[in-house]
Amino acid sequence: MQSKAAEPDAGAALDADELLIAGQRLRSRLLLGSGGFVSFDLLASAVKASGTAVVTVALRRIDPAARGSLIDTLTALDVWVLPNTAGCYTARDAVSTAQLAREALETNWIKLEVIGDEHTLMPDGLELLAAAEQLVADGFVVLPYTTDDPILARRLEDIGCAAVMPLGSPIGSGMGIANPYNISLICGQAGVPVVLDAGVGTASDAALAMELGCAAVLCASAVSRAENPVAMAEAIAAAVHAGRAARLAGRIPRREVANASSPREGMANLAAG
Amino acid sequence: MILVNGSEQPDAETVAALLERLGIGAQARGVAVALDGVVLPRSQWRSSPLPPGTRVEVVSAIQGG
Repeated sequence: MQSKAAEPDAGAALDADELLIAGQRLRSRLLLGSGGFVSFDLLASAVKASGTAVVTVALRRIDPAARGSLIDTLTALDVWVLPNTAGCYTARDAVSTAQLAREALETNWIKLEVIGDEHTLMPDGLELLAAAEQLVADGFVVLPYTTDDPILARRLEDIGCAAVMPLGSPIGSGMGIANPYNISLICGQAGVPVVLDAGVGTASDAALAMELGCAAVLCASAVSRAENPVAMAEAIAAAVHAGRAARLAGRIPRREVANASSPREGMANLAAG
Repeated sequence: MILVNGSEQPDAETVAALLERLGIGAQARGVAVALDGVVLPRSQWRSSPLPPGTRVEVVSAIQGG
């Protein structure tokens, strides 16, 4: 109860704490990938449980045998559909895929992915930068999935990307944030929102991302491949909220030795005799 | 013949006609078309001819990311 006087301010700060990307206000700091859910029904339940405002989709050759419409499912949920360029290895393919996505989904927002190999699915920084440059020039709002390299993140921001989305660890690995120091450096320098993308395995990973200063977290497998995806969506949403609140609250610095929280003076003399 | 998503198919007069054959209406959401690697705006689906040999890619949004 000691901090009661500070509560109203902290609460107000959190209430007014909105995520803005390219001037667009988003109601949640959790972005959800739609990959890996075994049905549209499960995806819909997880989206609701997560409270997310943005759901990513990929583009592939149309499957005439496909049942139901992903777009109809997402539209009914009132979420923003964010297309990605997953599977592209070159700037050229990524730019073309982004153009297809713009035409298909009537959005100029693109989650830009240009990967370097299928083993790590790590971004190819050179192709990524080249693609981002072309897409920004073509009027896209570019959200690049990048490595956790602060210099590359800065270059992406400099050429006009609306956010930077460093990986915590490889896509789908669930290894969390392998290099919190780099994520923290990126957050410290960025003038655009930093979205932790890839690697989240469970709620604590998402909380850590927010505590390090990320503006938002994007995850897919952590939710869709959890034993109970809906429960995990709820848990990660709570973690994102808690992590953000902790970030705004200002954590204590780490110390190598203890720092007593009880006064040293006024100890009773309990010596025998 | 034209090449639709990598497989040979009989010619079609226009992109719209081809899509109709594939069961995709003009109002279908989340669908885009590229001809020989160039994205074709939806507004040109009806007017754009499909010369024999054209490489047609028809994509839609799927779960991912």
